[in-house]
Amino acid sequence: MIVKRTQLTWWERLYLPALIGGFKVTLRHFKNTITGRTRVTQQYPEEPTKVPPGYRGAPYLVRDQDGDTKCVSCQLCEFICPPKAIKIIPPGDSGLQSDRANAEKMPREFEINMLRCIFCGFCQEVCPEEAIFLKQDFSLTGLARGEMVFNKEKLLSLGGTHAGIQKWKHKLDEAEEQETFPIQT
Amino acid sequence: MDWNFLIFAVLKIAAVLGVLMTMVAYAVLAERKISAFIQDRVGPNRVSLPLIGSIPIIGPLLTRWGIWQPLADGVKSFLKEDFTPSHVRKIYFWLAPAIALVPAFLVVAVIPFGSTLGAQKMVIADLNVGILYTFGIVSLGVYGIVLAGYASNSKFPFLGGIRSSAQMISYEIAMGLSVIPVFLIAGDLNLGGIIDYQAQHGWMILYAPLSFPIFLVSAFAETNRLPFDLPESETELVGGYHTEYSSMKFALFFMGEYANMLAGSAMMVTLFFGGWTLPFAGLDTAPALGEWWKGLLHIGIFIAKMLCFMGLFIWVRWMLPRFRYDQLMDLGWRRMIPLALANIIITAVVVMLMNS
Amino acid sequence: MSAPAITETKSATPVAPAAPPPVEKIKIKVDGREIEVPKMMPDWQGRLQPTTMLQACQLAAQEVPHYCYHPKLPIAGNCRMCLVEFGTPMMGPDRKPVLNEDGSTKIAKSVLPYEPTTPRGAIACATPISPGMEIYPSSPATKQMREAVLESLLINHPLDCPICDQAGECKLQEYSVEHGQAQSSFVEAKVHKPKAVDLGPRIVLDDERCILCTRCIRFTKDIAGDDALGIVNRGSYNTIAAWKPGAFDNNYTLNTVDICPVGALTSKDFRFQMRVWFLKETKSLCTSCGTGCNTVIGSREEKVYRYEPRQNDAVNSTWMCDSGRLNYKWINRDDRLKDVLVSGAKSTWTTAIKEISGKLVKAPQGSVAIVASARQTTEELYLLKKLASKLGALTDSVPREGEGDKLLVNADKNPNSNGARLTGIAFTEMGINLPKIADGIRAGRIQTLIVFGEDVTKCGIGADVLAKLDTLIVSDILPNETTRKAHYLLPGCAHVEKRGTFVNVKGRLQKFMKAVEPKGDARPEWEFLHDLVENLTGKNGYASIEGLFNQMAKDVPAFAGLEWGKLGDTGVTVKF
Repeated sequence: MIVKRTQLTWWERLYLPALIGGFKVTLRHFKNTITGRTRVTQQYPEEPTKVPPGYRGAPYLVRDQDGDTKCVSCQLCEFICPPKAIKIIPPGDSGLQSDRANAEKMPREFEINMLRCIFCGFCQEVCPEEAIFLKQDFSLTGLARGEMVFNKEKLLSLGGTHAGIQKWKHKLDEAEEQETFPIQT
Repeated sequence: MDWNFLIFAVLKIAAVLGVLMTMVAYAVLAERKISAFIQDRVGPNRVSLPLIGSIPIIGPLLTRWGIWQPLADGVKSFLKEDFTPSHVRKIYFWLAPAIALVPAFLVVAVIPFGSTLGAQKMVIADLNVGILYTFGIVSLGVYGIVLAGYASNSKFPFLGGIRSSAQMISYEIAMGLSVIPVFLIAGDLNLGGIIDYQAQHGWMILYAPLSFPIFLVSAFAETNRLPFDLPESETELVGGYHTEYSSMKFALFFMGEYANMLAGSAMMVTLFFGGWTLPFAGLDTAPALGEWWKGLLHIGIFIAKMLCFMGLFIWVRWMLPRFRYDQLMDLGWRRMIPLALANIIITAVVVMLMNS
Repeated sequence: MSAPAITETKSATPVAPAAPPPVEKIKIKVDGREIEVPKMMPDWQGRLQPTTMLQACQLAAQEVPHYCYHPKLPIAGNCRMCLVEFGTPMMGPDRKPVLNEDGSTKIAKSVLPYEPTTPRGAIACATPISPGMEIYPSSPATKQMREAVLESLLINHPLDCPICDQAGECKLQEYSVEHGQAQSSFVEAKVHKPKAVDLGPRIVLDDERCILCTRCIRFTKDIAGDDALGIVNRGSYNTIAAWKPGAFDNNYTLNTVDICPVGALTSKDFRFQMRVWFLKETKSLCTSCGTGCNTVIGSREEKVYRYEPRQNDAVNSTWMCDSGRLNYKWINRDDRLKDVLVSGAKSTWTTAIKEISGKLVKAPQGSVAIVASARQTTEELYLLKKLASKLGALTDSVPREGEGDKLLVNADKNPNSNGARLTGIAFTEMGINLPKIADGIRAGRIQTLIVFGEDVTKCGIGADVLAKLDTLIVSDILPNETTRKAHYLLPGCAHVEKRGTFVNVKGRLQKFMKAVEPKGDARPEWEFLHDLVENLTGKNGYASIEGLFNQMAKDVPAFAGLEWGKLGDTGVTVKF
């Protein structure tokens, strides 16, 4: 492609118009800021940051409307987590019963190392139970590395409630309506 | 042994150094604040002293202006870890910041920053060949940067040092040449004499209008300020010649740069804008004995004019993009020097014609 | 599941190979490519039967999806997943094939007789091929058939994937992704059946997930010989059940967990332990008896989670007994030996080996005895034999007899009895030298006893006899009476922590690989034995298991001609 090079007049070639234009622009910005017409700086700790909805903050575990843990320890988030920040210990033979009727599985321990987490949101995307969500927290600090590894209680307490489709409960209700087999939960 | 002279000289040196260092510190602050305002942001506005900060109205106001920021910077420079990388040439590494800083202070030795205060002339060294001394010292300033680049024993500082040395010696020539018409017109190499001439005949800028732009551009190049700041361009050379320096040594470089800027501004004020004089209200004559307040006023005028030029330095930084290296050398050798030479010839011819 | 190839016994020793009978081949076309396949192929019992379309497609490298078919089980043909479109040469009224214009045989695609525009698929697992047949496993009609079958299967299948143990190795998941529909149009309520039913001491049954392929029923009846399972209730309420609660308890129940294509039958032992995609799979062998079933160790981060059988038609087909399968928990016991102990104090390998070498070098001929376990690998036994030859030592192993059954479990509970015999450590009657060793110690002739992997206090060399010894060098993995009396205790490795070979009771030499790291300071026995033997015989050389095996193959006549790299995954037979 041909790039047209405009011929500069001798006045333009002296570069003075460019200089004067530059002076005007910078002076305008200076005046606007110093008189207060331009206010873009956020004075951070005093003015808290409002994050937009859908902001990817720290991931937390959520409970459903009835206060049950939604996580069923499927370990998909552990698998997909790119920096391997999530570590899950499945219930195994511990005899740990899920605290929710009809879903037989619940993690024995669920740890997220917030220092490794890159806040990508893959765990939220892959979770089939809508149990982990990236909430609004972005400034996580701690005094030791161990402090920043959040365990299940901490994650559940920070996650709050997320009402959703209570799949396992619906299944149980449906099963109990059908008379054919006695259903044990 | 003229003890009188010695004592007063020492006092003047101390005063000048003190004022200059303070001005350097606050020049840094001014740069940060003015740059911020030009860039639609606010700059440092948080440092607050424990008691003074709580004085109503004035305390927060000063904090908002960032007045105490240089204090924090100074404390930081002292307390930060000052390490020497293992791959550097230690002697030169340690020497370079000092060599970069000292010439700037030496230059102000000949500049008259006021008329008289009492019986003392407000100039540390009233040399008859003041300007020659100045240019000699300015040439020394190259060594600091070159040495820093060489001693750092690393790619980017090396490149920064090389570029800087080439840039500085190129524009030194233009600077020297551009100032000659001033002396042709004034007929005196003494800086005090130049000011007297300007007090009588009006500012030199009216008589040597072409000299001033050339000198201004060369001053930008000498102090490594945008648009000529390739040697330390952060986006291209990491940190240029001061990449490997930390804490106090880096602070010395930094101070050297601002001191150079202040010295350059002082030169410009003295040579082209009348030094400590103002063309009205009798401020263009040296005060009589007893009018010490006029002496102080003269010093104040000088400092004010210097600050204007400092502001210009800072302002231009955000106006123009950086020169590419070949464009820079092209400008220095193929445009500034011929222009300065032409300027000399024309001025010489005009002076000769006017004198005959 | 790979196609069972025509098996020919690979012999290590030169024996005139029997000329295989000429194989009759049939020409068919699979997806337009012509291929020649044998007319008869072995079925699940190894008898030659007409080749089915599924076997032919496998030979043509086209996997036909299937659920109820299993190469080692009788054919049922009830899942209908392997339906493929096909065509046979059109026959004219004169019993001769009808030809096209260009001379090629005209193919009549199989269609519904009452609706000739609809292709009729045949179940590939049960339909034999005929000459000139054309099979279309990738045609749109076949794809539609598969989608329909999957849709039917998924009608009542619960949405259990997040909690189902089979996730990651579930055929329903895999085929749904490959051959299923993306959308479901099912809006009714699914049929709910009992979940987490206790089907036996080791099996949990989830009726909702069952797709009624009846593999478990066929296996339990025909392979395990215990007719315990069947389908009860009718229609949509079909359920797998044992004929009496708790009747499904034979020693092969966990194989049904392997063959169940979905998560209906799951192992109680592995329930909710770990997701299978995290498990590293290592090829290894079972060490619970002399059969040496080929296994796959599922481990993650230095913990063994389960064993699974691996196919080896010469040893264990595709099965494994429950007792061997569950025998991995001891590997993680807390009292595993981890430290090198010299006279009861913690020490280092260099110190221990130096001292032991020093003592053995000075030991007079015949004053050393070695009791090496038949649970050690062949390479370790070979190195111990070298040591024994150099020192003129009496050697033996400890026999371990138990109960065998007619299927896989062997009465000899040592995995490497033949290895011990072939390397010369033990004799045909194992344990015959143990009384001699005990006498030797009592008489004072034998002053040094080296024990590897056995508790000799339980086989005739009691604690009082051990007290008479000058030096007792013991290497073991779990503490016992003998290890407590040892002067030099060298911690060894379980078979999951090292590489080596075992020779099973039928004379098959098989290799196994390493899955987890040794615990603490433990080292594989062959490694420190190699250092020890080097110190005594001064020979240098093999620093890897491969080199060691190749050296052993040169020295032991039964292993002549073998190389570690050529052993393969299923092992070789040795003559003995």
